Amino acid sequence: MRSVSIIGTGMMRFMKRDTVNMVDFAWPIVKAAIVEAGVDPKSIGAAYCGSAASGSMPGQRVLKRLGLTGIPISNVEGACSSSAIALRHASLAVATGECDVALAFGVDQLNLSGKTLVHGTEDWDFAYGLAMPGLYAMRAQRYMYEYGVTIEQLTKIAVKSKKYGALNPWAHFQQEVTAEQVMNARMVADPFTVLHCCPRSDGASAVVVCASDIAHRYSSKPVKIVSSVQRSGKMMTGFRDMTMPESTQRAARILYEQSGLGPEDIDVCEVHDAFTVNELLYSDALGFSKPGEAVKLLEDGDFDIGGRIPLNITGGLVSRGHPIGPTGIAQVVEMTHQLQGRAGKRQVEGAKLAMTHVTGGGVAGLDHGAVTIHILGV
Amino acid sequence: MSYNKPLPKLDPLTTPFWEHARRNILALQTCRACNDAHLPPSPVCPKCLSTDQDWKPASGRGVLEAYAEFHRAYWPGFNDDIPYSSAIVRLEEGPLMATNLVGDTTNARVGKAVEVIFDIVSPELALPKFRLASDD
Ligand SMILES: [Zn+2]
Repeated sequence: MRSVSIIGTGMMRFMKRDTVNMVDFAWPIVKAAIVEAGVDPKSIGAAYCGSAASGSMPGQRVLKRLGLTGIPISNVEGACSSSAIALRHASLAVATGECDVALAFGVDQLNLSGKTLVHGTEDWDFAYGLAMPGLYAMRAQRYMYEYGVTIEQLTKIAVKSKKYGALNPWAHFQQEVTAEQVMNARMVADPFTVLHCCPRSDGASAVVVCASDIAHRYSSKPVKIVSSVQRSGKMMTGFRDMTMPESTQRAARILYEQSGLGPEDIDVCEVHDAFTVNELLYSDALGFSKPGEAVKLLEDGDFDIGGRIPLNITGGLVSRGHPIGPTGIAQVVEMTHQLQGRAGKRQVEGAKLAMTHVTGGGVAGLDHGAVTIHILGV
Repeated sequence: MSYNKPLPKLDPLTTPFWEHARRNILALQTCRACNDAHLPPSPVCPKCLSTDQDWKPASGRGVLEAYAEFHRAYWPGFNDDIPYSSAIVRLEEGPLMATNLVGDTTNARVGKAVEVIFDIVSPELALPKFRLASDD
């Protein structure tokens, strides 16, 4: 298999965009990635579009605006993991030699498609009024019970997220908040006030990848896809530990095994923080901390810029927003810029290895429908 | 007033669960080959893949694995219930069940013993919910 590198990125601010058709805000982002890569559009051999709520063939609908038609276009649905999976498949198309250059992008417009946060669970849960924020609120409650974590500590995650969101021109929410503001905000599901939850956003994100041995033709700073793992959740119909996201832990183990790297090698990381507590759950599952000890890293400033493992220093989903389909590639664009030293006020000095982690949906009985993790490097 | 909350859709796989519930019995699909009790029901045993599945009454007892109060309604039918409690109950037989905690929840804590009650929502349907166990 050939090594694959990212040579172009396209990203936009995630926010409510319900006055234009998603096709019209998405194609300029795809174009930006192609222009940044400096590739002849005709050299793109395959395209993959990640989307969870945009109906049939969003990839074709966006790419026809750019005349990028005729090539294989695959539409990938994996809930919140959709575009991360699209990137993985674009990379595989290059790695296997099917083509030298491939495009991956994500798009969704939740505010027009009328979907709330993807619930994804089965109708039994609906009968009990159980929506996604409640399921994660219960995970938070269990984690707090198990490890003695307090609401004040969870609140610190929200404050941290908003602090970095305020530095990120792509963030939906770009305002710092105080702990008091977080605690006094509208309660959604105890212990989460609305400032613990990701906003419902619309947007698009895109990357162009090519074979690493030709990447320097296009980019002065290509970013290598060091490792990529995709897994699905296991059906678990008996007891399961709510404080340990099993599929993430399993995918991470495989990722470290195949890359020869460990959590201590990662310089900066984006995890799927649809809710604040997820930073703790996934820090534990990815091995940055021992189970239950993520809160120590938080308290010691290790999740901040300058700390041991800057975590979601883009504002994460809680501040950047979570349009579902484009979320995975948005993380990849942010981490690519980190490794290229172009992350502005959010720059982690000297970052060489970055990780992106995104799960996908919930299916009753499964930890998550999907999980996708990438390690990027320079 | 008619019941205006979402109702579970019955299919061949889940109908036995709801038929038991209508008779105020919490039942779990149980594998005749390996005795594994599972929820939600599955066409084959998730442990041993046997299709030979039975339904057995559960004790109806468990502990609160997690518990959270909802302050926002995602379906209009829940508007009048706010705040209402969601819970994950760890059944004595092993499986976790998403449900509501009802009755006096003042002393609700993770780890507390709970017992099933049935909320009759229509002539055909009773929803198993849980309350803090009286002997706890
Ligand atoms: Zn069995």
